Amino acid sequence: MNTFWASGWGWALITIGEALAVIVGVMVSLAFLLWGDRKIWAGVQLRKGPNVVGPFGLMQSFADFLKFFVKEVVIPAGADKAVFLLAPLLTFVIAFTAWAVIPFAPGWVVVNINVGILYLLAISSLGVYGIIMGGWASNSKYPFLGGLRSAAQMVSYEVSIGFIIVTVILLAGSMNLSDIVTAQGGGFWNWNVFGGGHPILLVVMFPMMVMFYISALAETNRPPFDLPDAESELVAGYQVEYSSTPYLLFMIGEYANIVLMCAMISILFFGGWEFPFPLPMAHDSIWYVLISLFTFIAKVVFWFIMFAIAKAIVPRYRYDQLMRLGWKVFLPVSLFAVLIVAAYRVYGGAL
Amino acid sequence: MNLIAIAFYLMAAVTLVSGLMVITAKNPVHSVLYLILAFFSAAGLFVLLGAEFLAMLLVVVYVGAVAVLFLFVVMMLDVDFVKLRQGFANYLPIGIVVGAVLMFELIMISIAVAEKGAAAGNQPLVASASESNIKMIGHALYSTYVYLFEAAGFVLLVAMIGAIVLTLRTRPNVKRQDIHSQVTRRRKDAVEIVPVKTGEGISE
Repeated sequence: MNTFWASGWGWALITIGEALAVIVGVMVSLAFLLWGDRKIWAGVQLRKGPNVVGPFGLMQSFADFLKFFVKEVVIPAGADKAVFLLAPLLTFVIAFTAWAVIPFAPGWVVVNINVGILYLLAISSLGVYGIIMGGWASNSKYPFLGGLRSAAQMVSYEVSIGFIIVTVILLAGSMNLSDIVTAQGGGFWNWNVFGGGHPILLVVMFPMMVMFYISALAETNRPPFDLPDAESELVAGYQVEYSSTPYLLFMIGEYANIVLMCAMISILFFGGWEFPFPLPMAHDSIWYVLISLFTFIAKVVFWFIMFAIAKAIVPRYRYDQLMRLGWKVFLPVSLFAVLIVAAYRVYGGAL
Repeated sequence: MNLIAIAFYLMAAVTLVSGLMVITAKNPVHSVLYLILAFFSAAGLFVLLGAEFLAMLLVVVYVGAVAVLFLFVVMMLDVDFVKLRQGFANYLPIGIVVGAVLMFELIMISIAVAEKGAAAGNQPLVASASESNIKMIGHALYSTYVYLFEAAGFVLLVAMIGAIVLTLRTRPNVKRQDIHSQVTRRRKDAVEIVPVKTGEGISE
């Protein structure tokens, strides 16, 4: 039996099982994170939020899911039918594909590849296609404007995200996400946000973390950068013509991307699964793995709350302000930060 | 048949079919979408070759940036399909000649590679357990080929400046947002409180 699991087919079966576990886990947590998002939003506005279905309204997302599921799929007459239906599917699939390289705990990762961080960058750059295709295929003005806006916005902010990630790669000396996390082990003072073990780099890395957070908001089309689906200007942007299950796929994909960004910021800047203080037990004991897993989940949930609060309290940016922030502020600053970190690694710290 | 062979034939077939669809699809937007699919499965073929860094670069640069701009432009264009197809017969002979030349060159290169003609005695750099291929590419790029690499950077910079110079026009009658004046604007610049007497109004 062992020989089977070591063979190609056995490996494929194991990987499929792991991928299914990750997808189901992320989907179920999404249901509750969505509920939390709405609760926080409601709390800021002094409302109660969803509180009817289940205890504290916890089952609200499942009720919504059923509602979306049983509704009729409406396809506009002038729409490009194939592309119209492909767009939400693409968003959904790509959002979950990226989770393959996220390390949840020591050794808990579906595929541990050397170019993990580039893979994340590549997959998240694909996310824009779902939105552009959806906007174009709807064959209508508002969705099209939303699609074009999101194309320009996501391409712009990818550049600064790329440079910010380069600073982290320089600090960790690896593109493997698990290596980046273990490089930050041993206590919160080793986290990249606090300079990754070089306290003087705190002045560079802390602003980088803030910029990554803001760029992540722009990359996932979250408020204050939700111009692609700005309700007051474009009704709902690229989502106008979507209903029922296709809309649900768009929404799940969007939220999966948001949680992915939360996971990325935790891994890149806040030590991923590493506990804030050195743990006494051996690194291969089951308790260490469990504590690591819960540390990671806690960090992701913390960043999701930050995303939700930003949605509730920040007013929407104007489009020219968005472009100015991306190209004239974030791009030069992150480029300069790459220069500083690289120079420090060569001339200052032990490489 | 092992998994790698299945993966290779699957991705090679998808690349070929989507490449064919790029030139046969009637709608230019569909062509661009097939082009993206071709890029993506070509990246998959790179992964099978063990060149995962190149594969990721292909997806980040071509699929993530270049093809988005393609799609952007093609969607914005108001393409007249009837007009587009009118010159088809005229361009067909030239197209066939160019295609035949390319085909011939590709066959020659394939033969050369198969017989190790041009590259004979040239050991390829292969990633090992100790050195990932990112590190090897980095070493080669920044030591052996550093001048060429920098020169390529300069060419791109010149191209970028050229594109900006060609397209930048300062039009006089356009209202622009001036972020600086908006941010530095204070309440006293914009609001004036005037005591108004009932029935008299304000005279300028």
